[in-house]
Amino acid sequence: MTLLAVRGLEVHYGGIQAVRGIDFEVAEGELVCLIEANGAGKSSALKGLMGLVHHAGEIRFAGERLDGRPTHAIAALGLALVPEGRGIFGRLTVAENLDMGAYTRRDRAGVRADLERVYDLFPRLAERRDQLAGTLSGGEQQMLAMGRAMMARPRLLLLDEPSMGLAPLMVQKIYQTVATIAREGVTILLVEQNAHLALQVSQRGYVMESGNLALAGSSDRLAGDPAVRAAYLGE
Amino acid sequence: MDIFIQQLINGLVLGSIYALVALGYTMVYGILELINFAHGEVTMIGAMVALAVIGALLGASPELPGLMVVLAGVLVAVPACMALAFVIEKVAYRPLRKAPRLAPLITAIGVSIILQNAAMLIWGRGYISFPAILPQGRHDILGASVTDLQIAIVGLSILCMLGLVFLVERTRLGRAMRATAQSREVAELMGVNVNTVISATFVIGAALAAVAGVMVSAYYGLAHYYMGFLLGLKAFSAAVLGGIGNIAGAVLGGMLLGIIEALGAGYIGDLTGGFLGSHYQDVFAFMVLILVLVFRPSGLLGERVANRA
Repeated sequence: MTLLAVRGLEVHYGGIQAVRGIDFEVAEGELVCLIEANGAGKSSALKGLMGLVHHAGEIRFAGERLDGRPTHAIAALGLALVPEGRGIFGRLTVAENLDMGAYTRRDRAGVRADLERVYDLFPRLAERRDQLAGTLSGGEQQMLAMGRAMMARPRLLLLDEPSMGLAPLMVQKIYQTVATIAREGVTILLVEQNAHLALQVSQRGYVMESGNLALAGSSDRLAGDPAVRAAYLGE
Repeated sequence: MDIFIQQLINGLVLGSIYALVALGYTMVYGILELINFAHGEVTMIGAMVALAVIGALLGASPELPGLMVVLAGVLVAVPACMALAFVIEKVAYRPLRKAPRLAPLITAIGVSIILQNAAMLIWGRGYISFPAILPQGRHDILGASVTDLQIAIVGLSILCMLGLVFLVERTRLGRAMRATAQSREVAELMGVNVNTVISATFVIGAALAAVAGVMVSAYYGLAHYYMGFLLGLKAFSAAVLGGIGNIAGAVLGGMLLGIIEALGAGYIGDLTGGFLGSHYQDVFAFMVLILVLVFRPSGLLGERVANRA
């Protein structure tokens, strides 16, 4: 079943048009990636979905229109964005950051269970639960940002460049976690500059170029596509 | 020595009032980076509303117990100021949320002038005296004389501050306020309605200001439509002294400023050979403000650790 359906999404960002009318869909349970070699298009698309930037086009999520709603209302519908640069609350503790993730939830028992699950997934966070989040390393902050998004028990998890600025070992760990979360049935839309990683972990992909959609298809097919290989995989 | 302890206690009383008002400045600044210059006037309105209620009650039945009458005044002044601050934020500041920072600052000054003049039209230009209906007991502490009122002011201030700390540190709203102060955008992503949080911040600050307004008018025995100006400036100085945006800083800054002022007023005559008298008390707050801005603009507790995320 289609969970997210986007038609003609346009995003204007600081005077330039970063997204020039793209269509894409994410079905329930899928891990879909949106890749683009350079440019602000893919991140802008996510920001547009969450209502963080001015945008045009039609966005349907589980049958409801998202466009025009305020960001907090979109979040309350079950979309969680792990923003580029992680966006953790540095002067809140790790545990408080995770609590903020569950801000809209009222089911205390469910929240407690999810907290355990996040701590299982990221034992490092459990060790540092009372530490200020600003004191964590970059990789730990990325874990925290993902754990925080999981605390919302989102129907759709949006990941914006989770590999950015991390050491290779940490990138590997983050992507293992992405795969684990996806296997547990969470629907994920992943935005990445690193096409290799993104196509490996996802089932389907969309390729953006200068704000337009250039290609779409199964991740296997895209990974084998000569144009993609030339432009993104350095071959 | 006696005068030292006496002035120290007087300063503590004054300081706890400054601290309550300073908290309102610092909380709003923490979230919006806006100096809400109308906050002093909200304090004045609190005093005026309470005095109006007190006057009306005493006029209706003069034999009501004084403490109850004052309490009734506070219980009306607090929600009145909360409602006022809610409206001010919505009408004067929210439309300017995305404007350059100077615009809301100038608007704040405008709001404060409007409130002063509205108070003057409603309550007149004269001083309104606070009726002497509160218990007048005096106690001897370490050779200094302390009144019941002084004890009540410090006690009630501490209670208000503890309540605020609990709210900010332990409740869902408080967590949302702290998150919003760090990143409005990410707080929105968590499902926080940032507009509600900002309204709540103004409203909570106004409740503290209303209490402070009643305290200051009871302490000096009078209220005046212009009283919010100087009180607001001093509380703002206290917030800057402690590190604006920092709640503990506002309390520390308020207390310190009160003590500096009281000690300054107590000794300025001796220090200048009688050339300057204790009516130069107000000078100290602004000397402190200037010194802080020159030597430590981030204030005593203002250094923010870690990243802003």
